[in-house]
Amino acid sequence: MTYTLTNVTLPSGEVSNIVIDGNQILSVGTQSQGDSIDCTGLIALPGLVDLHTHLREPGKEDSETVLSGSQAAAKGGFTAISAMANTSPVADTAGVVEQVFRLGKEAGLCEVFPIGAVTVGLAGERLSELGAMADSAAQVRVFSDDGKCVSDPLVMRRALEYVKSFGGVIAQHAQDPRLTENAQMNEGEVSSRLGLAGWPAVAEEAIIARDILLADHVKSRLHICHLTTKGGVELVRWAKAQGISVTAEVTPHHLLLTDELVESYDPIYKVNPPLRTQDDVDALRAGLADGTIDIVATDHAPHPTEDKECEWSAAAFGMLGLETALSIVVKTMVETKKFTWTDVARVLSSNPAKIGGYVRQGQELVAGSPANITVINPTLEWSVNREELSSKSRNTPFHGYTLPAKVIHTIFEGVIVVKDGELTGKKHD
Amino acid sequence: MKNQLLSINDLSHSDVLSILNTAAELEKITSGANKKLPTLRGRTVVNLFFEDSTRTRISFETAAKRLSADVINFSAKGSSVSKGESLKDTAQTLQAMGADAVVIRHGSSGAAQRLADSGWISATVINAGDGTHEHPTQALLDAFTISKAFPDRKNDFSGVRVAIVGDILHSRVARSNVLLLTKLGAKVTLIAPPTLLPVGVEQWPVDISYDFDAEIENFDVVMMLRIQLERMSNFFFPNEREYSRRYGLNETRLSRMKKSAIVMHPGPMNRGLEISASSADSSRSVIVDQVGNGVVARMAVLYLLLGGAPISEVLS
Repeated sequence: MTYTLTNVTLPSGEVSNIVIDGNQILSVGTQSQGDSIDCTGLIALPGLVDLHTHLREPGKEDSETVLSGSQAAAKGGFTAISAMANTSPVADTAGVVEQVFRLGKEAGLCEVFPIGAVTVGLAGERLSELGAMADSAAQVRVFSDDGKCVSDPLVMRRALEYVKSFGGVIAQHAQDPRLTENAQMNEGEVSSRLGLAGWPAVAEEAIIARDILLADHVKSRLHICHLTTKGGVELVRWAKAQGISVTAEVTPHHLLLTDELVESYDPIYKVNPPLRTQDDVDALRAGLADGTIDIVATDHAPHPTEDKECEWSAAAFGMLGLETALSIVVKTMVETKKFTWTDVARVLSSNPAKIGGYVRQGQELVAGSPANITVINPTLEWSVNREELSSKSRNTPFHGYTLPAKVIHTIFEGVIVVKDGELTGKKHD
Repeated sequence: MKNQLLSINDLSHSDVLSILNTAAELEKITSGANKKLPTLRGRTVVNLFFEDSTRTRISFETAAKRLSADVINFSAKGSSVSKGESLKDTAQTLQAMGADAVVIRHGSSGAAQRLADSGWISATVINAGDGTHEHPTQALLDAFTISKAFPDRKNDFSGVRVAIVGDILHSRVARSNVLLLTKLGAKVTLIAPPTLLPVGVEQWPVDISYDFDAEIENFDVVMMLRIQLERMSNFFFPNEREYSRRYGLNETRLSRMKKSAIVMHPGPMNRGLEISASSADSSRSVIVDQVGNGVVARMAVLYLLLGGAPISEVLS
């Protein structure tokens, strides 16, 4: 099928027609062909790419499935997502990653890239069959024990070294387990008042510092998941200045929310790593703006209602993110004049695609590129209603927020999977 | 006054005075042979205890019964709670049974606020200790005890110097007392090893000291906190002996205290660890008085929060 997005604004600001033929961009310019979709006033971005989600399948299908997660992703403008390994069973074998990969193909709403566990059962003791996962149909390149830290320095060193043979990257959940035993929230003035066990910034920063040095020593690629502290930003900035191969991500919620929200004791704000202080938020925004932090990744973490409708210490860690990520980035980075639309495309599409090695993603919108495109209305404000989310879970901290920028169309491999903000029911076969 | 007591922050200065004055009045009225007032007749108070605490539960139970309320004790042990029932389901069950007040003790900080804010229950919620957050009625009974020890001050504690000594990090008693005693004008000094002070404590409206001996002669009130022995396994201090030597109240320290100074402890005490037997039993100790004051302070709270019939009316 051939169709044209007419009068659409490119990230550069230029207004063009984008002609899509099959799964490719045929041309970008003044031509048009086939049906027209009027995109006057709308911005086209390369399809968004998320390097960090939890799709819960296999094992916790009451929270999310690969299909429902793909639907949420498409609604949020993502044409590729990555599924963390902490499922049940853990994605530590070729069998499990191939299952997730196949479910993603069947859903057909975006690319689903399974992330392989670094260690067997996420136990941090023995390396998983990283090579088998890399060679599997899922072609895994990103490995992570996310949810748990690869805390043993020797295991981490070996993992970093080993994945070099197939161009892999270790995505570290930086959390020293001993310094965060039973930790509930950021350790600071608020935790001292609330009597909740503190989660010190140093528990995150100590691991980041160690792993940066390890990555340098073995000359491998390190990715730091969900950076949350000012000190962490400074460590990554230093590492990049030394030429060490490290990349870092920040979540939308850490760009906006602070630990003062925990005063409500509402576990909707319970998340790992925890919400930090305004000082940290400011440092994260600055780090994202100057390129120290490479990407925004959602850490979309669905949980059933009963796991949040309880007292704080009994609640699960995690927040939804896929359907609000773009809006939060616009609110925190574009509206504050730190970002142009090219920057948005960089942190939400081209950089994560590069880190993950997702070859059909994150490419510039030019003739010949894969037709993975997100069309957004930059000025449309919308109100987040958790009941209207496509995710199976409801644990968004942004319920009731009015946010800027709405995803209008999501085009995955030429297929319009979201049109006028709604799933079309079409999928890519 | 709000119709719940989750934190000392729920109380204005005048609310506190009103509770302390009501407690004094209730103490006077119920000190005779007939200890019972019919002000809360027909009301149901549920003691919802997810943590064992015999003394707090008995204190609330006695307070409610002296006001003629019906009391239901719901303890987590041996109940459906231990079989995995959620706080929500328990709360809704109590709601369906028509509880007017729920006195909740829970091991999780914020559990009382969660219960009150969740919409699961319309009863008045009273926090009887939530994790390491607050224990507001303990602070009220402590303030009432200090008030009785210094009657000339008429509930104005400005210039009164209070030392709170021990495991501040894990103490809900300390958090509530800091808020309440400073609200009444007292100058509070927290004394503990640095490991047992929370990061962020420097923002509290208190003085901090690591040295119990430095200023001991200047305090009017020395409040000792219980040390949980399991703290040792997390390296908060080397061993009992060393803790006791550096932060325990012993005879030497007791003898250096002001003549008028009092010794307090929320109980239960570890005699020989944070407080020596002779200090606990000395004439300065008001530890036993605290227990009795707990009943009247909690009567005052229940009475004011549940809007009982005016005392003058029920007496006539």
